[in-house]
Amino acid sequence: MSIGFVFLVVLALGGLAYWLGRQRGMAFAVAGGARVGAVHSRPQYHGAFVAIMALLPAFLVLAIWAVMGEGLVAREVLSGLPAGAVGDSDLERSAFLSEVRGLVRGDYAAAFNPSAEGAASAWKLASARYGLLFASASLALGLMGGLWAWTRLKPDFRARTRVERFMMILLVVASLVAILTTFGIVASLVFESFRFFQMVSPIEFLFGTQWSPQTAIRADQVGSSGAFGAVPLFWGTIFIGAIIAMIVAIPLGLMTAIYLTQYAAPAFRKVAKPVLEVLAGVPTVVYGFFAALTVAPAVRDFAISIGISNASSESALAAGLVMGVMIIPFVSSMADDALTAVPASMRDGSLAMGATPSETIRKVMIPAALPGIVGGVLLAVSRAIGETMIVVMAAGLAANLTANPFNSVTTVTAQIVALLTGDQEFDSAKTLSAFALGLVLFLVTLALNIYALAVVKKYREAYD
Amino acid sequence: MDRQGAGVRGNLSAAPTAWGSDQMQARIRRRYRQERNFKAMGILALMIAAGFLVFLMVTVIGSGWNSFRQTQVLVPVTFEAERLGITPEQARADPRALSRANFQGVLSDSVERRFGDDAALVSDGAWLALRKAVEADPALIGTTKEMWLIATSNIDQLSKRQIDLDADETNRPVNDVEIAAWGRLKAEGKLRTVLNMTFLTSADSVDPELAGIWGALKGSFLTLVVTLAISFPVGVLAAIYLEEFAAKNRWTDIVEVSINNLAAVPSIIFGLLGLSVFLNTMNMPRSAPVVGGLTLALMTLPVIVIASRAAIKAVPPSIRDAALGIGASRVQVVFHHVLPLALPGMLTGTILGMARALGETAPLLMIGMRAFLTSVPQGLTQPATALPVQIFIWSDNVSRGFVEKTSGAIIVLLVFLLTINSLAIYLRNRFEVRW
Repeated sequence: MSIGFVFLVVLALGGLAYWLGRQRGMAFAVAGGARVGAVHSRPQYHGAFVAIMALLPAFLVLAIWAVMGEGLVAREVLSGLPAGAVGDSDLERSAFLSEVRGLVRGDYAAAFNPSAEGAASAWKLASARYGLLFASASLALGLMGGLWAWTRLKPDFRARTRVERFMMILLVVASLVAILTTFGIVASLVFESFRFFQMVSPIEFLFGTQWSPQTAIRADQVGSSGAFGAVPLFWGTIFIGAIIAMIVAIPLGLMTAIYLTQYAAPAFRKVAKPVLEVLAGVPTVVYGFFAALTVAPAVRDFAISIGISNASSESALAAGLVMGVMIIPFVSSMADDALTAVPASMRDGSLAMGATPSETIRKVMIPAALPGIVGGVLLAVSRAIGETMIVVMAAGLAANLTANPFNSVTTVTAQIVALLTGDQEFDSAKTLSAFALGLVLFLVTLALNIYALAVVKKYREAYD
Repeated sequence: MDRQGAGVRGNLSAAPTAWGSDQMQARIRRRYRQERNFKAMGILALMIAAGFLVFLMVTVIGSGWNSFRQTQVLVPVTFEAERLGITPEQARADPRALSRANFQGVLSDSVERRFGDDAALVSDGAWLALRKAVEADPALIGTTKEMWLIATSNIDQLSKRQIDLDADETNRPVNDVEIAAWGRLKAEGKLRTVLNMTFLTSADSVDPELAGIWGALKGSFLTLVVTLAISFPVGVLAAIYLEEFAAKNRWTDIVEVSINNLAAVPSIIFGLLGLSVFLNTMNMPRSAPVVGGLTLALMTLPVIVIASRAAIKAVPPSIRDAALGIGASRVQVVFHHVLPLALPGMLTGTILGMARALGETAPLLMIGMRAFLTSVPQGLTQPATALPVQIFIWSDNVSRGFVEKTSGAIIVLLVFLLTINSLAIYLRNRFEVRW
């Protein structure tokens, strides 16, 4: 019996429970007549109460089934095998089990492991038995819950209060998901980083200037130790995200915001704003492809034409330029907010004194809006250094500590992707270092965001 | 500032306010020139941004539209029963017998007979078309039929004029034999270009002419279904709680701060979370849409919460007061009155969040959705890839044929994003009420 089918049956049971409860509630209403207060709750609350009581235990069992069912089946299949059929290591077991699963699903026509055929039929039997067990438990509990709730219905039963209390619990649980996510991020990053820092000292990680995470498989290989000095990565991230990208994005974003808020006619603004929105909505993988295919070769050709011989086709400049363009709409909209928050009286006063619009903007509006603009730029930096696809596709993986924009540098995010894709064993320093990089990235972006939001908030309050 | 100050000091002879003086006129001219320059800089900045967008679109569409066209070669195919290993009767009696038949052999024989052995003209995957033809009409076995078959990527690129014929043979991906064969076929009229259904209906492949986006598209769809199913209800309920019921205390502050921060956490961090929690701790299947959907749901959640809170805030308090006044409970006020009025705003925010999730690549890379898959995913727990990830995989491929495939996939992705965003804008304009 498949879990999807049982899910539908349970839903139908819930529908039936709702209908029965509602019928009963309506009977109360008829019996109570027009007397106010004869029935506490309206019929649909009686129905909802019965339905909740039926669905809650049934879904609980289904959830247990979904999470644990396959593990139970696998354990039974493994314990039913003759001794020595499968190796003792976890790896061999999981390989064997995935083969059995493939056989059961019909992905494989024949088994590679001779005992897998037998195990596959054992798997089918076991999963049918567990399926029956969980399905009947789920339905039985659902029926019991519904019946119990139905017997409790009385004219003065406070069904609405119960249902509303349940709704409140649901609301609180939903809002807890956000905290749980934050907690999950922090916990997983800190936990894995802690394991990494047991192998590599934090001092070496934060201040070392050599990055070559390739740890050798055999101990006698050259370079088997691996080097985890992340300074070249931090520098590459700052160089691309906070320097080159911002050199592009700040002037262009600021000037577009100034033009759109101060000069442009409403009709023109209506056309220009969507252009920026489209620019903001283009997926980063598209920017990355564009950077790698079009911008990077152009930058390399340019570098060669001005006499830089060792120009790389994966340059910091190409990635930074495209990232800057990606950030323009973001800077522009933050600057837009900051400029429109400046009180009109300041601008009008300046204009009335005979200043030209550009003088007003440069000497009155921008100084007044500066905290807001700076906050917006900090948010843009935080977004740029967390950006992944552009640097993965255009910046390369060479951990150079260089200030030459035509050279190849690598970033924290590009390294995380490189370390965690492809074959990996989860306990090596190489894979764990990705989590340490992630932790640094998380903390830096968090600090930038909190600081920037505080700046923006303070600035808003100053003019409110 | 300094220059103006110096100007004023150097002008002590004439009064600073003398409008008619030459110095004043010069100053005014300079200030107006600055004004014009400043305005021009604003227009220039906008033009650069718009120009980049146009350049990007032109580049992508220019190289991508070719991926929707396919070159086919006309080949007389002889379905020999002995070579196939099945008879028409067997084929009719048991369609499964076809899966044992040697269509590859028949194809290579037919191609060799027609063109000789010197150049690869017909794609290795073209035998599928033969099987389909026999499936439809088993009487074909033993006869010869002229069939349009998929050309190899090199012939395809030649037909689309994507290859510089003047380049030295060592510097181009196509050798002289292939060019000569292509020229002959073209002169004989045995080549045609049709709508590339392979690209739209198949999954990934090592051969560019057989690779398609349907597998990735379906993977994206399955992933987004999970994302929507989780993030929309949870996001809306969380927003309702925070906006309507939560007491102002430290606990609520923590929830609010964590939601605002989650909205700004780099997406790759969510990928790390998915890898460490869903895959390594909960042992969920690798590369599966359900894991991708869960990861993206956590990423989209703050977007939906923030949009939903704004929508709830926009509902005027008078509506709540009126409902409370005629005896509704607080829960009834929210679910019967506030929620229906705030729903359009919530939906708009949700759709925009979904659009962002559709374009997201990095977190999916982390949880292994970059596997090379030649079959279309059939369920939530089967290995799948997503459209942006497919773009990333193809962009790594140096083969010329894959460059146009990458751009073609980008066009499809952008069309979907455009549709989704237009839907959001339509919903906003159609249903949003300004109080």
